[in-house]
Amino acid sequence: MSSDKEVKHYWILRDFSRCSGCRLCEVVCSLEHEGRIWPEASRIRVMELFPGVNIPVLCSQCSDYPCVKSCPINALSVDDKTGAVIVDESKCDGCGVCIVSCPAKALKLHPAKRKVIVCDLCGGSPRCVEVCNSLGFNALRLVTKYADIAKAYATDPLKFHELIMEKLMGGQHVRLLE
Amino acid sequence: MYGYWNKFIDVDLTSGRVKVVSFDDDVLKKFIGGRGLGVWVLWRELGKVWESIDPLGPENILLVLTGPLTGFYPGAKVCVTGKSPQSNGVVGSTLSTELAIELRTAGYDGMIIRGSADKPTYLLIVNDHVELRDAKDMWGLEGRETINYIMNKVYPEIHKDFGPCNVPGYIYVGPAGERLVRTAAVMSKLTHAAGYGGYGAVMGSKKLKAIIVKGTGPLPEVANKDELINKLKELWGTLTKRSGLREWGTTSGIYNVGYETSSEPVKNWREEWHDRKELMISKFECSVWVKRFWSDFGCPIACMKLGKVVKDGRVFITDGPDYEMGAYLGTNLGIFDVKGLTYLSALADELGLDGINTGNVMGFVAELFERGILSRDDLGFELKWGDVDGFARLMRMIAFREGIGDLLAEGTYRAALKLSKVKGVDVTKYAVHVKGIAVGAHGVRSGSDYPRPFSYAASVQGGDHTSIASIPIEEGELRDIFYDSAVVCMFNFIDFNKLIEFYNVVTGANLTPKRWFKELGLRILHIQRTLLLIGGPDIYWDPRIHDDNPERFYEPLPTGPYSGKSLSRGEVREGVRKYYEAVGYDEFGIPKSDVLRSLSLKDVDEKLDEIRSRVKSSHVN
Repeated sequence: MSSDKEVKHYWILRDFSRCSGCRLCEVVCSLEHEGRIWPEASRIRVMELFPGVNIPVLCSQCSDYPCVKSCPINALSVDDKTGAVIVDESKCDGCGVCIVSCPAKALKLHPAKRKVIVCDLCGGSPRCVEVCNSLGFNALRLVTKYADIAKAYATDPLKFHELIMEKLMGGQHVRLLE
Repeated sequence: MYGYWNKFIDVDLTSGRVKVVSFDDDVLKKFIGGRGLGVWVLWRELGKVWESIDPLGPENILLVLTGPLTGFYPGAKVCVTGKSPQSNGVVGSTLSTELAIELRTAGYDGMIIRGSADKPTYLLIVNDHVELRDAKDMWGLEGRETINYIMNKVYPEIHKDFGPCNVPGYIYVGPAGERLVRTAAVMSKLTHAAGYGGYGAVMGSKKLKAIIVKGTGPLPEVANKDELINKLKELWGTLTKRSGLREWGTTSGIYNVGYETSSEPVKNWREEWHDRKELMISKFECSVWVKRFWSDFGCPIACMKLGKVVKDGRVFITDGPDYEMGAYLGTNLGIFDVKGLTYLSALADELGLDGINTGNVMGFVAELFERGILSRDDLGFELKWGDVDGFARLMRMIAFREGIGDLLAEGTYRAALKLSKVKGVDVTKYAVHVKGIAVGAHGVRSGSDYPRPFSYAASVQGGDHTSIASIPIEEGELRDIFYDSAVVCMFNFIDFNKLIEFYNVVTGANLTPKRWFKELGLRILHIQRTLLLIGGPDIYWDPRIHDDNPERFYEPLPTGPYSGKSLSRGEVREGVRKYYEAVGYDEFGIPKSDVLRSLSLKDVDEKLDEIRSRVKSSHVN
């Protein structure tokens, strides 16, 4: 059972069937955090391993925070207010242990700075959700965190890809990824 | 200049040499990118010997170019160009693909591809790593299998080197491109095609199966970032309200263009009207669509709808199908069956065929069969209007150049010329093309759709419905040249003044619409027109004969509310003449000497002397 503290947290819901793959979430995220349009430096990314199967990938804020626990130098912490994982850039040496620990493959190294980057929920009003809602796609929505929902979505995007592809296009002779 | 890296990958497939080249800022300012820059490169490098260049020979240059707005303006595209194996001129053929954004984030604005590899090859670009690789395991693969290969064999390698990065962007050719089929497209994302121009055949002739790109950097710096963000936000709001494209894509046209504007090809354009309610949009939505909103990078409209059909136990996927596919692989073949035409659209995608030009040649064949000019002996089977399986069989024969497919793979016009000789009867009158390019599925007879009677006849890209001649010239190909050069999606059009402002905010230039229409756009058009008129080596165009519509458009529409309407030759001639005047061509349709000189195109003017004497010395009745 989740703690009271956790229930108050907001959580970014991802609705795979509504994601168009426009990736404007990546555009606004990188503008917010980097001041430039920079998809690979975006904290959210939309993967399209097969055309039309668009999988938003971002931090789920697992209740047990395996990434925070894994960091050998305590460069990661949890924000009290939002529950987001916060990276202390002055500490992070880009060793990548947390990246390996993440079941959702949501953490990555900044392509230039070589420090870990992860969704910080923009301090409570995530830009990605804002743009997705304003465009009317609503593939991302801000909801109240519900029980252990986070862990359910902290899954390898390749697995989601397989399931969504089977659901959308499934049938005989649809080859999924090997 | 802001908005560019000014870095272009220059690959010679014959020698395997790879280098990175730049252009003078002045060139980028004048020719922008995409189609404009492509036209300039082709003129500069091949202009003097254009006539002798075989579009399917190693001497042709294939260009895959972005523009300064690529990645910034909603909907990332590239413009594919080169000498066209359809028109023997230049066609700017745009393609929505994530390769565009990956190329820009890898630090490049485009690729210039020369020569021909001695064995199947693919090009891999990961940031500053550029490598030509053996494509023997990819050669022969259809669309879906090609994507599977890229994601299973190539992506994991990039992933390994760069940590958990997103998937690469890619373009490729299917079996049709590999076999140099002139109606083959350069493909991406299974259903996206640079169709007009036949550049799939050019890529195939170079034995280049695919280009795969991963970039991990940012987009280039822009001149005015704050203003760009303001403009983007405003634009997203505007585009999101375009409910027609957003909710129903172009698929709704499959019924509406026929029923409402009487301008949809039906049975090789014999009719342009139908009231087949079984093709209404709701039928697609309910029986084919598995996903309503599907976008390319940066596009809030999401005009693509993901369509799925099961045929003989096999799953086929396409987008929509979009209007052009629905018209050319549906009504034009007498097919009024939602699932049947969706299947044919998906099959064209798999084989790497452009559905417009391929649907055009198949409609032509069906008419010849009906008229008894082609027989069962020629085809190997009976071909009737509406026969989905028959057309699927024919499509495969074209893609693999089997039987009569080998001849049809040359495209409608070249096939018509050959068949006229073989059969001893003129069949070119049934070929619905302009300058070797199938006329887009927007007819001109009813007068109620957007193209004018002379729009295809006088266009520098022939039948291409995305680049048409029009008066006022601000509503025609001069505007379209900007879309294809900047490179932006024409479905995301906004007021042209605002589009130029957007361009200025990104690049820091101070272009005005007036200067575009009077100078920059005109310069690109005149060079492109010159290359079209030089033509060769197998086919040449005489403007007095070929700046005209297909014969079919002079026959009266037989059905619908515009029944009896046709074009009058006088009206078309007059429109063409006025258009010549408006853009600065002489009475023979050749760019005028003084106009070229005022555009600083002395070398173009000198080259045109050959064409002037060629045209003036030949007699036309």
